[in-house]
Amino acid sequence: MAVFRLNFNTLLTLSWRNLWRNYRRTGIMLGAIAIGVWAMIFMTALMRGMVDDMLNQGIRNLPGHIQIQHPDFLDDPNVVNSIAEPSGELLLVLKQSGTKRWATRIKVAAVIASERETRGINLLGIEPDAEADISGLPALISEGRFLETNQDKGIVIGAKLAERLETRLGKRVVVMSQDPDNNLSERGFRIVGIYRAKMPGLEEFNVYTARDTLQQLLHIEGRVSQIILVDEDYREIEPLYEKISQATPPGLDTRTWYQIDSYLAAMFNMMDGFVLVWVVIIFLALSFGLVNTLVMAIFERIREIGLIQALGMRPALIVYQILLESLLLLLIGLAIGNSLAVATVKPLESGLDISIVAEGMAMMGVSSMLYPNLTLYDMVLANSVVIILGILTSILPAWRAASLDPVRALNTN
Amino acid sequence: MKNVTLRMAWRNLWRHGKRTWLTVGAMIFSNTLLVFSISLQFGSYDMMINNSLQAFSGHIQLQHPRYLKQPKMRYAVPAINARAQGLREQLGMSAISARATGFALASSEERSYGLQIIGVDANHEPLVSTLPGLVKRGRYLQAEAVEEIVIGSVLARNLKVEIGDELTFIGSGFDDSFAAGVVRVVGIFESGISDLDRSMAQVNLGYFQDVFAMQGQGHSIVIRARHIEDVDPLMSSLSITTANLDNLAVRHWDELQPGLRQAIQADMTSAWFMYIVLIVLVAFSVLNTQLMSVLERTREFGTMMALGLKPARLARLIMLETGLMTGLGLIIGIGIGALLTGYLSVVGFSYPGMAEMADKFNLPDHMYPTISTLSLILGPGIVALGSLLAAIYPALRLNRLRPIEAMRAV
Repeated sequence: MAVFRLNFNTLLTLSWRNLWRNYRRTGIMLGAIAIGVWAMIFMTALMRGMVDDMLNQGIRNLPGHIQIQHPDFLDDPNVVNSIAEPSGELLLVLKQSGTKRWATRIKVAAVIASERETRGINLLGIEPDAEADISGLPALISEGRFLETNQDKGIVIGAKLAERLETRLGKRVVVMSQDPDNNLSERGFRIVGIYRAKMPGLEEFNVYTARDTLQQLLHIEGRVSQIILVDEDYREIEPLYEKISQATPPGLDTRTWYQIDSYLAAMFNMMDGFVLVWVVIIFLALSFGLVNTLVMAIFERIREIGLIQALGMRPALIVYQILLESLLLLLIGLAIGNSLAVATVKPLESGLDISIVAEGMAMMGVSSMLYPNLTLYDMVLANSVVIILGILTSILPAWRAASLDPVRALNTN
Repeated sequence: MKNVTLRMAWRNLWRHGKRTWLTVGAMIFSNTLLVFSISLQFGSYDMMINNSLQAFSGHIQLQHPRYLKQPKMRYAVPAINARAQGLREQLGMSAISARATGFALASSEERSYGLQIIGVDANHEPLVSTLPGLVKRGRYLQAEAVEEIVIGSVLARNLKVEIGDELTFIGSGFDDSFAAGVVRVVGIFESGISDLDRSMAQVNLGYFQDVFAMQGQGHSIVIRARHIEDVDPLMSSLSITTANLDNLAVRHWDELQPGLRQAIQADMTSAWFMYIVLIVLVAFSVLNTQLMSVLERTREFGTMMALGLKPARLARLIMLETGLMTGLGLIIGIGIGALLTGYLSVVGFSYPGMAEMADKFNLPDHMYPTISTLSLILGPGIVALGSLLAAIYPALRLNRLRPIEAMRAV
């Protein structure tokens, strides 16, 4: 028997035409695939945007990608657990290493009092120059100015705290905290700036002064609570971490952001898993329809398949032809779904206002603007899952079609 | 006659058994998933609400109208003890307790920290808040005792104090006077809610009023409802009665903890987006199946119409077929969903990273979905509705069928 030879082009034409024999069914299936793929990518972009924001905010609040501190400081953030300002080898590495941004800071619990009210706060003594990259605070000043030098005598407080204290820009407040000997030190500060944080809760607690001024107040000249480092990308800080921890004198504790905040680390690690689960669930819901479509398409063509088999077409080619049909269906669906997703995500990239649930989002550590993040990785993931699993689920119907007995197939009605 | 249509519909379904099962399979898959995740959502929302509210804030609070926005000492409720007692008698419930709140700087021998100091009614406080029950070392406050304080575990660690140690606190009183006292730590609580453990301390209300010059005033009357469902009826009866009593504001828990309701809302929104996508995909599956099955049977339907069957009757047949398919998907889906969820509601489940997340929302590190009638019916019900809606178009097409042409169709 002459072997029926088909080149790829013929096979492709055959599949393409078969696809449109029942344009309604193909159309419905394309619609389902397009919606599924759109949902995969759209939702993933929103989730990514949310988690990125959560991580960025979280890391800015820590702050920093790497922190060096007294081993007891994280558990007991007290002024007695301070460290000396960096010197020697560490200072050298800090200056030389790939980082552009590092600073020291003091962090203590304190009480702030205006003429009318008293509140417990988190008092930070910072180096103003580096703060833009570490916490992004200078950009958040809504009134007045940010601290200018390490010796600045002013204080910067949050808008919400100002409201609670019934005070305003230019007024004086008294700050009390303990020095290492547990004597209460206090000092008046003039409010030189007021900031508005993206996360409302922080405004009430974080109060900023210049580092040297605070050292004087607490009688800890030459000492700080933490050394903060910021790398280019929070995802890739291992090389820097290695270098820094080698240069850090013994007795100090060097930690990365993900060691410090387990919630952030969990979110960071879970995100890829979430995306995969979501994509696979949507695919499974789609797969029933896909198999259904193929099974019916084959069922309608039993006689035809029997005939071409009788004419000498090899079963393998029948499998290829059906798989190709399925692949074409998937590819068109993916093209529509991807374009839909890009078309809907792009206009939202300037930010989606979700301030209606701002305080709820704050509980999760997310600010009230959501910036969807459409990543190549996620798009490739969604598309590969659909194509690979799609082809896999098509194999069974295709193989069954190819193993039909031509004589029986020809005689079915 | 109805019976005939039903039997026809049932038999029609199994003319293409594989197709029917694939469509029903899509429904079962979605229904199982929906039952599970809706049960999980409801369960965790309830737990979030209960854990967050019962720990401290209670379900309802009565406050000075401006206190919610500006929690300042001077926005106080006069004669708060008598007021709370009046409410207890009037509502016939005892889970009502009066509180006053202030800020102070507390110093131990070694350390000083700012803290929130709450004056509580030691007799009634355990009825509105779980905190007194969470005293892990020492004991809770004794009624009327002065110069006793109960503090959070993290605060105790930071202050480096133990049971029996002394604390000095200073703050400013109601009349802006200097408020100071020396108290002995009698108890240390551990709630697992870091805000409370880190910065809260409780003393007796009477003592608080003396030290902070409150003259019998307080800041909030806290009410704990027996069930979360009782909150709204309680709210309405309270606003009637207290409107007559001078102007106190009645605050619902979602005003006291707006983040909680909003976190739930945000979570609901994203969850429903996912559910709707699933439901739409199932609807497409049904549309595909039913449209194909109508088109295949054009000749058959033509014949039936020629025999005198009205298109409406045929449309009913299609809807009935869809209904049967949906019913099958519904029953099996709910069945599997209930089994899976029921199993997990006993053994609980967790995934890597969940403990860290749960902690943020005052949840335990294992999740236990709770099955309720609503959580079983809601998702699958909407899937069924979507499927029936999807079958309307194929069913309506039958109206366009002309018997003669139809009988000639291939």
